[in-house]
Amino acid sequence: MDGAVPLFRMEGISKRYGGVRALEKAELSVTAGSIHAILGENGAGKSTLIKVMAGVVAPDEGRMTLDGSEVSFASPAAANQAGIVCIFQELSLIPELSVADNIVISDPPKRFGLIDRKAQRRIAEEALARAGAADIHPLALVKDLPLSRRQMVEIAKALARKPRILILDEATSALTATDVAKIFGVLRRLREEGLALLYISHRMNEIAELADQCTVFRNGRNVASYAAGSKSDSEVVELMIGREYSHIFPPKPPRHAAAVPVLEARKLSWTDRLDNVSLTVGAGEVVGLGGLDGQGQRELLLAFFGVLRGLTGEILVDGKAVAIASPSAARDDRIGMALIPEDRKTEGLMLPMTVRENLSFAALDRVSKAGVIDRAVEQRLIDDMVELLAIKTAGLDIPVGALSGGNQQKVVIAKWLMRQPRIVLLNDPTRGIDVGTKQELYQLMRKLADAGAAILFYSTDYDELIGCCDRVLVLYDGAVKRELVGAEITEHALIASALNIHGEAAGPMHGEGA
Amino acid sequence: MKDWRYWLAEQRGTLLALGIFVAMFAIYSANHPAGFTANVVQTAANKGVLLAFVAMAQTLVVITAGIDLSVGMIFTLTNCLASWLVIGTGLETAFGVVAVLGTGLVCGAINGAIVIYGRLQPIVATIATGAVYFGLALLLRPFPGGSVNEDLADALTGRLFGVVPASLVALVVVVAIVWVPFSRSVLGRAAYAAGSSETAAYMSGVPIRRGKFVAYALAGLLAAIGGLFLTFFTYTGDAAYASGNAYTLFSIAAVVLGGVSLFGGKGSALGAIFGALAFRTIGDLLFVFDLDPLWQPLFQGVILLIAVSLGAFALFRVRNRLEWFL
Repeated sequence: MDGAVPLFRMEGISKRYGGVRALEKAELSVTAGSIHAILGENGAGKSTLIKVMAGVVAPDEGRMTLDGSEVSFASPAAANQAGIVCIFQELSLIPELSVADNIVISDPPKRFGLIDRKAQRRIAEEALARAGAADIHPLALVKDLPLSRRQMVEIAKALARKPRILILDEATSALTATDVAKIFGVLRRLREEGLALLYISHRMNEIAELADQCTVFRNGRNVASYAAGSKSDSEVVELMIGREYSHIFPPKPPRHAAAVPVLEARKLSWTDRLDNVSLTVGAGEVVGLGGLDGQGQRELLLAFFGVLRGLTGEILVDGKAVAIASPSAARDDRIGMALIPEDRKTEGLMLPMTVRENLSFAALDRVSKAGVIDRAVEQRLIDDMVELLAIKTAGLDIPVGALSGGNQQKVVIAKWLMRQPRIVLLNDPTRGIDVGTKQELYQLMRKLADAGAAILFYSTDYDELIGCCDRVLVLYDGAVKRELVGAEITEHALIASALNIHGEAAGPMHGEGA
Repeated sequence: MKDWRYWLAEQRGTLLALGIFVAMFAIYSANHPAGFTANVVQTAANKGVLLAFVAMAQTLVVITAGIDLSVGMIFTLTNCLASWLVIGTGLETAFGVVAVLGTGLVCGAINGAIVIYGRLQPIVATIATGAVYFGLALLLRPFPGGSVNEDLADALTGRLFGVVPASLVALVVVVAIVWVPFSRSVLGRAAYAAGSSETAAYMSGVPIRRGKFVAYALAGLLAAIGGLFLTFFTYTGDAAYASGNAYTLFSIAAVVLGGVSLFGGKGSALGAIFGALAFRTIGDLLFVFDLDPLWQPLFQGVILLIAVSLGAFALFRVRNRLEWFL
């Protein structure tokens, strides 16, 4: 292993989209046998940098060298051939094809010119095992898998291509703590095998745990490179956002005796995914849902929102039993519920439509008279929301898909706040968004609670649960296994109860840094 | 879950189409005055394979999330061309067959080139090319006429060993040499991938353009095989506008009956074939029940609606309403 000579080097890379400068003379060098973390807010240029490396976009200027000789990639396939494989934040799996089909997609094994299904199956099983996801059946269709499993398939797919440089762009954002631990094991092994790994994540503790070298990007430039561990978290965050960073979580108000319950569930069960779930959320309370991903948290939120059929048990709003048959019933004034969905791109937004249209979708009944939209009322409400959430957009009439991830998420939240909901359900709302926006969301959540809303908040990020919630219910296998209140909410307790084990047995889990 | 259950889930559409066809054909042959005889099967097969070829053609394009509104016109054009060329000595006939199939391939390739490299919407592009192909057919055969090598025609529309309809055997052969290799090739998978999620396919370095192009070109070839068989059945070429359009629309119905998703990425040509055979049997049912021909279109439409609805029954079992939209 030769640490001195970089395997891959980018020099003076610039890229503009229209008038927007995404990268400005960016530099990066990647060494074999090391894990290099890239940090930066959304919009700092990380994604563009990776896209340039992976052959998705061509840079306007600058040069790239691999093994000392200059290279350029016309397509992702060309980059793959050179040994650069990227796991993108937006999943690159094909939903209607099977897991095995997807894993070998860029270079299927062939026999007599046709795809050799047996060999394909073998490669897929090997790759899944290597990624620590042997529990996924190679014949399952990708569209039938939950998000966290898909991400494991994505990683297996990358490994099957035998990369020299592996780029992980927010690859762990949808993963459960156990999966993350497995993936970290895999990544360390790959590093020992001499691969160069580029790791992009918003989770500071992951970077601290994994990286050898860090580079911070801001406004399209690399502003600092340093050996991992040589800077404190707040120093790093300052580099990223260029401003003082303190109190990411707003203070929690002292708990009152017992808040008036606004939302209540009694013995909710649904197929084999929900098992006698009972809970209450009071006015002004932020109640967290914890546990490993896929333990029924998502289904629970959907159950409240009237999406599931064949639900048994009772849902009470303001102490009265209600039957919620659809999302439009759930948002009705008598119930006043809003759900911020997990996947903003499919369930939250109509990407090609304008910011304005997206903002008013959930409140069309409020801004219209006799079926005709009152543009003045709509405009007033929209202005309020854009101001309240500080949505950064070049205008209300551009497609919402053109906004950054964080601002898209703000639009999703804003469109529900336009109805002034009394019950807010949030399904992992901070997935893949930058620190600055996250912080704003935490504050907003607390502000809503202080104004009397009942908030049920599911997150895969334990720090968030600890920082934001008054109480946390930990789900396991569709049932509430534990309730943590106030100071009981610690990373240790969350992990232990997520794994459904008690006491000290959960000690040697990863990420115990907090 | 066991492997076979995944297989079953994948083949659900095809098996459902097979079931619908078998049920309809059973009713048909049970009520036919002659019953289930080689003759009845042969006649049914000869009528069915024409639509089956065109439906296979449509399937290939639909898999890429496109649609080909020119298949019926390629079918008509190649019929007219065959009525000029597929005649004479063995060698001349062979040349004619190759020329007809080649023409279909070129028509399909032109569609593909316009859609993929010209980046036009498949609907608009194929309406336009369909009109062009029909125009050429009309120039070739302003009036119905022409002829065909009758020995070849009779061999391919008759029976093998006195029982098996030769046209059905031809259909199986075409499936074996066109569909099976396509569906198992890298380009075939690229076509599926492009239909399912074009961005994901692109990001994965899949040869999307080539996959789609091959799908369009092979669609032209399959439509031409259909046109060739039409000539074998009728011994003439006829630039019939209504018939060409009907085949285009029926091919879409057959594809849907066969469990191929119009959104792309899902389905099999086998399903479409059963869909086509079932669709043809609907027409025949009217015949055995002695219905007034005036009622035929209405009745055919109603049966089609019922059959297509069968595929939607699964929605009643959906317990998470979000799955309605997948």
